Amino acid sequence: MDRRSTVYARCILPVSDPAVHQYDIYHPFKKGFLEQDRYSYPMLKNRSVVSIDDVSKEDLTEIFETSDEMSRLLEQHKPLKIMDGKIMATLFYEPSTRTRLSFESAMNRLGGSVITVSDTGSSSISKGETLADTIRMTESYSDIIVIRHPMEGAAKLASRFSSKPVINAGDGSGQHPTQTLMDLYTIKKEKGRIDGLNIAMIGDLRYGRTVHSLLLALSRFDVSVTLVSPQILGIPEHILARVPDRTEITITDNLSDVLKKSDVFYVTRIQKERFTDQNEYQSVIGSYSVDEKAVSEMKEDAIIMHPLPRIDEISPEVDYSKKAAYFRQAANGVPVRMALVSTILG
Amino acid sequence: MEQTLKISKIREGTVIDHIPAGKAIKVLAILRIDEKGSQTVSVGIRVPSGRIGSKDVVKIEGRYLERFEVDKISLVAPEASISIVKNYEVVEKFIVEIPERVTGIIKCSNRNCITNSKEPVVSEFHVISKKPLILRCYYCERNMQEKEILNNL
Repeated sequence: MDRRSTVYARCILPVSDPAVHQYDIYHPFKKGFLEQDRYSYPMLKNRSVVSIDDVSKEDLTEIFETSDEMSRLLEQHKPLKIMDGKIMATLFYEPSTRTRLSFESAMNRLGGSVITVSDTGSSSISKGETLADTIRMTESYSDIIVIRHPMEGAAKLASRFSSKPVINAGDGSGQHPTQTLMDLYTIKKEKGRIDGLNIAMIGDLRYGRTVHSLLLALSRFDVSVTLVSPQILGIPEHILARVPDRTEITITDNLSDVLKKSDVFYVTRIQKERFTDQNEYQSVIGSYSVDEKAVSEMKEDAIIMHPLPRIDEISPEVDYSKKAAYFRQAANGVPVRMALVSTILG
Repeated sequence: MEQTLKISKIREGTVIDHIPAGKAIKVLAILRIDEKGSQTVSVGIRVPSGRIGSKDVVKIEGRYLERFEVDKISLVAPEASISIVKNYEVVEKFIVEIPERVTGIIKCSNRNCITNSKEPVVSEFHVISKKPLILRCYYCERNMQEKEILNNL
């Protein structure tokens, strides 16, 4: 068996036998849970989530329901033991605030524990260890691995070298599937549905990985999407090529085109470092900012989302509008990640 | 008859026929046929062909191809036919076929793809479309079009 076939063999091995896992204490799936369902439900059990394609539409429904359940449990302020004895390893090769904190908070809230490399610059990684070796070591210390890495495909590679489930917390300008889960959950929670909505995605659609995953996920629903960005920051062709024809996509560089008609405004940060000409950056920032005037033109029940951190794209005074859903969106990160982790390890 | 005069028959070896006109050079590069080799190689470029109008032909004396070489050729010349010749007779002939998965034979065109780092993995692509040829990297999920594919062989 050559090295490559060894890797293939490892990735198809069951991570652990679902039959031996005991649902003790409390678990939301326990309600009406049938013995024979253990092998078919939930579908994400013991699986890695590297791309939003790893999560089916049925999985989404289950995650949303479990997220609602987790939100209710969090409101009760009772310590949970759903993940008692389970360990999450977090490997962040790139800076992160919200994603890292919400994953670690989610695991702690579930009653599990977290091990982490606080500074990848001072670990064996800085000595030139391959990611494959780091993962082989980390899988023996933990039950689930959360990884953020600057290179695209890193999480997929990690999932191939790990017999434990791997969650992608962002790989280069690739995907960020858990952000997409919380984005979709936020839309569903705020608007009561996803189908039938007009969704505007605004700002840096080229490098912003959150919009790539979100657009692909939205294309599974019956939605109309308008992509609003300066030409140089337009959505990459390789992402657009994967959106099925039935999804109605409109591309514009004019924010005012969408203000009156959209139900959801998904605003992203335009990164200064993407521009060689800083004057151009200033003009772009001005054209794609959401301020009080823009908000006043929006539908009464429209919502404004942002993956955060925001810089100048949304004026601070907008924070006080009921349309501003971005902090509620960030808060959803914990129950959604609790739902995902408990679905995978449950 | 005209073709026989231009490219002589080989005694033992491989004939790669029906290569799209002008792509023979790429096939030679795939087979690493350069100034260092010792085999006799005949190359016909823009040879008139009844089936595809104009084609390239490569005949290599004393060499039979490996599977990965045939897979690579299929990406450049998806309708090429390969004949194995022994004692001036064609003993086997087949048309190349683009595999469902392309593994380890081309590099991902995305420089920031993890397969282009020092990690112990080989590149892997799903074939999204055979005509036009579009491959999607299993790791970074980027699509590669024909031009990028040829540049990364």
